[in-house]
Amino acid sequence: MRSYSNTYIFMFSLVMVIVVAVLLSFVAMQLKPRQDLNQEIERKSDILSSVGEAADLSEVKDKNAFVVEQFDKFINESYVVDYEGALQDNADAFEITLNLKVQADKPAKERLYPVFVYTDKDGEHKYIVPVRGKGLWGPIWGYVAFEPDMNTIAGAIFDHAKETPGLGADINTTWFEEEFIGKKIFNDQGKFVSVSVLKSAETENNPHAVDAISGGTITSDGLSDMLVDYFEGYVNHFKEKGTAN
Amino acid sequence: MTEKEPLFSAKNLKLIREPLGHSNPITVQVLGICSALAITVQLKPAIVMTLSVIAVMTISNVVISLLRNMVPPRIRIIVQLVVIATMVILVDEILQAFAYDVSKQLSVFVGLIITNCIIMGRLEAFALSNKPWPAFLDGLGNAFGYGLILIIVSFFRELLGSGTLMGYQVIPDSFYEFGYENNGLMVLPPMALIVVGIIIWVQRSKDKELIEQN
Repeated sequence: MRSYSNTYIFMFSLVMVIVVAVLLSFVAMQLKPRQDLNQEIERKSDILSSVGEAADLSEVKDKNAFVVEQFDKFINESYVVDYEGALQDNADAFEITLNLKVQADKPAKERLYPVFVYTDKDGEHKYIVPVRGKGLWGPIWGYVAFEPDMNTIAGAIFDHAKETPGLGADINTTWFEEEFIGKKIFNDQGKFVSVSVLKSAETENNPHAVDAISGGTITSDGLSDMLVDYFEGYVNHFKEKGTAN
Repeated sequence: MTEKEPLFSAKNLKLIREPLGHSNPITVQVLGICSALAITVQLKPAIVMTLSVIAVMTISNVVISLLRNMVPPRIRIIVQLVVIATMVILVDEILQAFAYDVSKQLSVFVGLIITNCIIMGRLEAFALSNKPWPAFLDGLGNAFGYGLILIIVSFFRELLGSGTLMGYQVIPDSFYEFGYENNGLMVLPPMALIVVGIIIWVQRSKDKELIEQN
């Protein structure tokens, strides 16, 4: 076998690394706009799913166009509030939702809280808020829709990055998400109690709890914490706007 | 070599045929098992994974084969890794741009193609000492051999575990009314091992050459 000098080895490595770096950066830059678009579409279709407007998505030919059209049709208003419930005129709700991680990493009192207003064909409103927290292996997130009383949950969808398939990953299944419908985040005295994810024995006839996922305890607890953490930020706004108290 | 070898000589065709049968990377060499367990719950991700591995494997094999006289042996493993990693990142970026849903489903497993031992094994054992064309065929053959098993396993897991194929329901509702149930175990990783085991069993009982003499 031929022997190579150290200089050759260094030069070879250097050239290899430069070629690879240039190639990868070029491709990444070329594909970035498309990837960003995909993420936007995903956010929009998630928001629509939380109010049950994206159910027939798999039958649509041009998914992207459909989602954009539906989103523009049903979500015709959005705004941003801070922890105190004060309206933030300069902030764009969708922009913040796209980078929700930035907000979720801040302390609750410094975050900005986006709200999307859904109007169905009868003119009834629902208010959709994004949530983000930690599961067992990575981030979990979701969108929760509220009735106009700003207390009763009208629908919820959740998703995750890398929870265990068949266990924690089940938070994005319909049976789990449907449990949230009709639950309330304020108790009869108007105090904020959130919705907890508990063992089934404790959830019967409890308007503030849903049944956890067997084998997915840490993910379930994480989801519980995420809801407390995020809903709390909206409490001031909800109390002002809603009829909970 | 003075005489030019035809492109599809018997020797070259063997490079494609062997890995499908009795030197199959999964069932005979028992490489790449981890990904075979992870992404075979449904047919669709398995097919995309197969296509991704075909792309990564053939291109890496050809690139390494082209460089084979320039790569200093002392850093050859690093060079192989860089080539594979580059290809995998390219595949990942392209999936994210053009097949976002699938890329979400495959999630970390696309990145883990880098660690698929079949690919490095072929680069080290074949591409480094062969010309680009045979290396291309060898990559193709081994990726097909890998993909074949993936697709067989995922076919049974999706059919018996979820009653669907490619996401479409194939087991009629009337079966469920008579008390038929999807097998939940099929969806979990251990069942992939068992299915691979069954395939190995069937293959060994058909192919006498594979039976060890002792």
